[in-house]
Amino acid sequence: MKLALQIAWRFLSSAKRQTLVIILGIAVGVSVQVFIGSLISGLQTSLVDSTIGSSSHITVVSEDNNAYIDDYLTTMDQLVAESDQIEVVSPVVNMGGILEKGTQKNEILFRGFDLDKANEIYGFDLKVSEGNLPVNLNEILLGQTLKDELDLTPGDQIDIDILGNIRTLTVVGFFDFNVSVINSTWGIGTLATLQDIIGDTNAVSAIEMQIKKVFDAEALALSFDQSLSASNLKTENWMSQNQELLSGLQGQSSSSLLIQVFVIISVVLGISSVLAITVMQKSKQIGILKAMGILDQDASKVFLFEGFILGIFGAIGGVLLGLGLLYSFTTFALNPDGTPVVPLNIEFGFIALSAMIALIASMLASLIPAIKSSKMTVIEVIRNA
Amino acid sequence: MPKIIELKNINKTYGEKTPNPTQVIFDLNLSFEASTFNSIIGQSGSGKSTLLNILGTLDKASSGEVYINNVSTQKMSKNNLSKLRNESIGFIFQFHYLLPEFTALENVLLPYRISKKPITKEVTDRALELLDIVGLTKVKDNLAMNMSGGQQQRVAIARSLINNPKIILADEPTGNLDSDTTEQVYDLLRKINKTYKTTFIIITHDRHIAEKADRIIEIKDGRINLDITN
Repeated sequence: MKLALQIAWRFLSSAKRQTLVIILGIAVGVSVQVFIGSLISGLQTSLVDSTIGSSSHITVVSEDNNAYIDDYLTTMDQLVAESDQIEVVSPVVNMGGILEKGTQKNEILFRGFDLDKANEIYGFDLKVSEGNLPVNLNEILLGQTLKDELDLTPGDQIDIDILGNIRTLTVVGFFDFNVSVINSTWGIGTLATLQDIIGDTNAVSAIEMQIKKVFDAEALALSFDQSLSASNLKTENWMSQNQELLSGLQGQSSSSLLIQVFVIISVVLGISSVLAITVMQKSKQIGILKAMGILDQDASKVFLFEGFILGIFGAIGGVLLGLGLLYSFTTFALNPDGTPVVPLNIEFGFIALSAMIALIASMLASLIPAIKSSKMTVIEVIRNA
Repeated sequence: MPKIIELKNINKTYGEKTPNPTQVIFDLNLSFEASTFNSIIGQSGSGKSTLLNILGTLDKASSGEVYINNVSTQKMSKNNLSKLRNESIGFIFQFHYLLPEFTALENVLLPYRISKKPITKEVTDRALELLDIVGLTKVKDNLAMNMSGGQQQRVAIARSLINNPKIILADEPTGNLDSDTTEQVYDLLRKINKTYKTTFIIITHDRHIAEKADRIIEIKDGRINLDITN
């Protein structure tokens, strides 16, 4: 083994209690970092997921209000060819209408989807609480609220007034999105039903899509805007529609970062002060090594290695401790329904980064004692003996 | 006999930049012949330890020249001085300064390992032989911190010899040992001097011990007061 490394190791293992205390100090710092970082990111992921997990990230619509996108298939192909970020792309026709049952009238947004594709965005199959998804022409799936208000059961016929034209639809089932606005205003049909109503099988109201990296939505929408500039189409994206959420997330991220930075600073200060004391404790040893001809740079390596060893063990201990904290937090901090308050979000990249930062911080902290050791002369050691 | 160490016009002043500088060595000229056994005596504060530190390149003279193997050390870089010490000079201090975290055998091997040469069986055998010479074969794997003062001092002696240095500098090597052990240690040093032709320069306050040396030099107030060759 390299001499400096071996000396560092022996120095540390001969003062076990002191070494353990430093390692524990680093470990606590790293664990706080891992815990806070993972918690915040878990929180954000679940927040973002519940906000946009079941909605369109980027929506292409016509520049003219309520106009249709003609020849939508070509546009869809063009978008898919342009970006490999697109996970699913789904056409939709939206029509305002009034449901009529007896004397009761309810305004709804009748939406016609290509249900196989739209299902990947909205997860309809999981939200159907009664009955089935519409399959055929003139079938409609309604929200739970409308079922109660209009007193409907699957199989009932209901009239819808769209711009003065009355059409009779069959209610095939009900959905529950857990969002009252959707539950009380959406009606879901097939794309064919809605295209039949507008009388154009090549037109849709909007093209919705979900992308792989949700935070790229704004940039991607911009590039779509450019490639669509020749047509009369434009994009909308979730980020520009949720500015408040985004700035909230950003505030959270920066406060989390701030906490982590201060944790690192306190770890660095702790290690360097303890190592500085160690240099004084080991000055006799350093002195004799120098008398025997050890080079100054090798004498300083002893303390760099000490920092390295402390950093490695501290980082490993800290990651384990942090994961333990996360695990117990998600196990014991539960919502009434048994799901964790914050879902566990273990990002190995982030954890590796925290460990790496701790290691670098430890070595940085050992720089001062290393320089001290390098500058120490035999004479001052002998004279102070 | 060739000169192995030569001091020319050495002056040493402490605190040169302070209002009250103290000169401890005055224009001193001294040389040592190879393979001899020399003792330096003097009262405390006479400057003998400072002299030894200058001889060993641990301290720099304020003026004058130190030649080791006919090479001037005054202008050598720190790294070259380290290398010179590692290869040519063995140190034995009063407070032995072993690394307490290492075993006797590991301590003996330290100067060799500092030279960054790979540990071979020959070197390990040599270390074991040296430990045998100083009578510590049985405790070779004990940590230095678990050894008695006499044992530690003997480890330090074995350590000073591992790189086959031409010169051994010892500052009160028996300073904190009882008289029986002191006797043993000196007999040992003498034996090594005879066997390996190593030059010894030993500081002692013990006249009885000093008289056994080939040459006695007495330092008084930073000057040579007596220089007797037996």
